[in-house]
Amino acid sequence: MEKLLNSLTGTIIAGFVLTVIVAVIIHALA
Amino acid sequence: MELSDFNWWTQFIRWGHIISGIMWIGHLWYFNFTQTPTMPKIPAELRPAVVRFILPEALFWFRWGAMFTLGFGLILAYMNGYILDAIKLGIGSPSPHTKATAIGIGMWLGTIMWFNVWFIIWPNQQKVMGTVSATPDEVNAARRMAGLTSRVNTLLSIPMLYCMVFAGHYY
Repeated sequence: MEKLLNSLTGTIIAGFVLTVIVAVIIHALA
Repeated sequence: MELSDFNWWTQFIRWGHIISGIMWIGHLWYFNFTQTPTMPKIPAELRPAVVRFILPEALFWFRWGAMFTLGFGLILAYMNGYILDAIKLGIGSPSPHTKATAIGIGMWLGTIMWFNVWFIIWPNQQKVMGTVSATPDEVNAARRMAGLTSRVNTLLSIPMLYCMVFAGHYY
């Protein structure tokens, strides 16, 4: 996890991945 | 429009929420996209200028931006009458509750980020800046913890903004 967060690119990609997961959760709960 | 118009006041609070949010996330992204990656390239004799002069000023606007964003956001959610639905992510609320789910996830992400700012990043940055006394080992540990938590907040800011924009524009 620390290795991922030390990379700015890795952090941004993880942010986009988490956004997709959040979008799916919103859709599932709707 | 009358000054007693409720919608006029909610728009005013929303405006405060967004201005404070830009102040907060703008500084968060400045730290993570600009300052942190640039520090290793700055000659050692010039680095104290960043830590002693720019960092304290940036952290002031950063942490108070976070505080006012949270405050205005909670007031707005209360005024609009969806604060409880949002807190429980719309679960059990009358259907359709898509907006409550979206703004609720955004609120929880934003609240975690606010906690990180005030209770992890700020106390550790005070040790880095030397305004709170610490041993060299403690300063190094504080720098690592503040940096990692700031990166966590950068990561969380991406889905948080998705939720905020989604909830405001989903019809």
